[in-house]
Amino acid sequence: MADTAKPKTGTARSSGTRRRGRRDTAAGLAGETPDVLLDYYRQMLFIRRFEERTAQAYTQARIGGYCHLNLGEEATVVGLMTALQQRDYLFTNYRDHGYAIGKGMDPKRVMAELYGRSDGVSRGWGGSMHMYDTETRMLGGYGIVGGQLPLATGAALAISYRGGDEVVMCQMGDGTTNIGAWHESLNIAKLWNLPIVFVVINNFTGMGTTVDMSSAEPELYKRGSAFRIEGERVDGRDVLAVRDTAARLVERAREEQTPFLLEAWSHRMKGHSVVDPAKYRTDEQKDEARSEENDPIALFGARLSEAGILTDELRDELAASVKEEVAEAADFAENSPHPDVSTLFDYTYATPVPNESRRMPADPVFAE
Amino acid sequence: MSVITYRQALRDTLRAEMVRDENVLVMGEEIGVFEGSYKITEGLLKEFGPRRVKDTPIAEEGFVGAAIGAAMLGLRPVVELMTINFSLIAIDQIINHAAKIYGMFGGQTSVPMVIRTPGGGGQQLGATHSQNIELFYSFIPGLKVLAPSTPAEASAMLRAAIRDDDPVLFLENLGLYNSKGEVPDDYAQPSNDNVATIGRAKVTREGSDITLIGYSRMAMVATQVAEKLAEEDISVEVVDLCSLRPLDRQTFVDSVKKTGAAVICEDDWLTYGIGAEIAASIQEGAFDYLDAPVRRVAMAEVPMPYAKPLETAALPSVESISTAIKETLSAVGKRVG
Repeated sequence: MADTAKPKTGTARSSGTRRRGRRDTAAGLAGETPDVLLDYYRQMLFIRRFEERTAQAYTQARIGGYCHLNLGEEATVVGLMTALQQRDYLFTNYRDHGYAIGKGMDPKRVMAELYGRSDGVSRGWGGSMHMYDTETRMLGGYGIVGGQLPLATGAALAISYRGGDEVVMCQMGDGTTNIGAWHESLNIAKLWNLPIVFVVINNFTGMGTTVDMSSAEPELYKRGSAFRIEGERVDGRDVLAVRDTAARLVERAREEQTPFLLEAWSHRMKGHSVVDPAKYRTDEQKDEARSEENDPIALFGARLSEAGILTDELRDELAASVKEEVAEAADFAENSPHPDVSTLFDYTYATPVPNESRRMPADPVFAE
Repeated sequence: MSVITYRQALRDTLRAEMVRDENVLVMGEEIGVFEGSYKITEGLLKEFGPRRVKDTPIAEEGFVGAAIGAAMLGLRPVVELMTINFSLIAIDQIINHAAKIYGMFGGQTSVPMVIRTPGGGGQQLGATHSQNIELFYSFIPGLKVLAPSTPAEASAMLRAAIRDDDPVLFLENLGLYNSKGEVPDDYAQPSNDNVATIGRAKVTREGSDITLIGYSRMAMVATQVAEKLAEEDISVEVVDLCSLRPLDRQTFVDSVKKTGAAVICEDDWLTYGIGAEIAASIQEGAFDYLDAPVRRVAMAEVPMPYAKPLETAALPSVESISTAIKETLSAVGKRVG
């Protein structure tokens, strides 16, 4: 088991080890080509701007319901998604916009889903918490904490049943490690030798309850040991570290047909959801969560600049193209039609049977 | 035709579907090595092996959810929950996930799975093991709920449930497993295509004085009531609901229009129970035809006691249903035997 920095006693206050002043060499950048590195940088920046645009649209009441953003965990999202093969499956919790984009969904259609429009990835039936796309194998964001764990385990069972070589990645938040579904799913996954990687995103807080307040074992990556599941922790602010660690575990799950656990820690830059002012955090904690040294994009940008890969000119260019693409997504969403009310009964059942109710609220039960 | 038990009808049909379709697997507690608490899966592990007959840990939420996830990738799991009481531990997966995944993601993936589980009191199993809570699932759009009462229905409905692309809660009953009935000779053949129509009720016995409505074990009891009252010259029409969701209201409403009176017998509790929905539908669909208020005969509203005399008193019976029928008929001036 590796212990890569931070948590220990868990709260966002303890600063742990930092990567200040670290000098990146070609090896420090994992020997990657500038194109790949810049692509990661752009993807992270894209998620940042997409989420900021989402928050704006939410405050303008263009987006409804609950809305949870990936701000602060862009490196984790991009690192995890680039560790997967296209054929691999993904299940996430409700903080899913970045994952949907990272797994390959068209950001226009993700934004349209947020707007509840018919071009949305879930046809406007899911909203923020329920992005789904069969083609890119993102099998859903789930709004019930822990709900996705048994499902993801079952998807891995189906792969194993058919002798396939896909892997399932199941993302969740730190608070999820305390729910029954966590224990049942990890036990079943190990017992049945299923190819799945459980990923805990540790931002130190489930809504407002810290990991220390909720977890008797706050070293979350160790919590697979009760099921003999190997766990690792990674600095979730470091896109390359996340990618390399996740890719190693994903490939081991594929080869060895057994589950793994990965904990990625990073800071939640804003409240739990768009409407949460996070009053339970001290000013010091808020400053820490938003500081440049915890901002994965600033961190990675600095490394790329230092290595001479990201010039000021290129930075401006990328910023402009991202801004434009995000604006296009918002325009697309804005112009996508609302779902037609005549489709209200289209998705209750996959196999039509007699006597399905198609009654509108004031309709009589027996039509004349 | 041959005469077999409800248990055998289920077992042989399950086996036939496993032979027919490689995607069908069974999962549950004690279903493999132990061959099922009620022996519905007897012999399946020996025939199909542990890949297709999966003994699970005692983790209803975990394995029901795993079955849903496997169904999302195209398998057709048949999950056994030892009793419907244990479904409460899996209720988040059943209601928040199985029932929602097709609609919530805009029809992109279906969940072709079956949850088989027995209800039923009367076995001296006490308060936590004698409940009939099929109402919880019948309430939920996105689920289908079937409740067969005879071996023939059990076979045709299980086949329908397995071949259907939606999550089906398949309600069995402890009091029915040993009951016998006729089935077609080829009921156990994998090639058999005798598939029940989900969402249809049946008039299982014609009559003219009153309509008696039930499902699962109570549909069988209703038939016994009708036979007994026939001796007293009371003609009872029996409707077996068969499918609790979707609910075939037209069939029982048409029957009530013919007889002018109705009694509902149910193994669950009366307040907010399945019978409440049936009664409400009858008043809306056959108001002008009713000669008397609709009566419901249901379980006494207590946590089920263990002691036999108390348990027996709490359950609807042939006698209590007969009494309700006679009282209803005399209230409208119809003859009472």
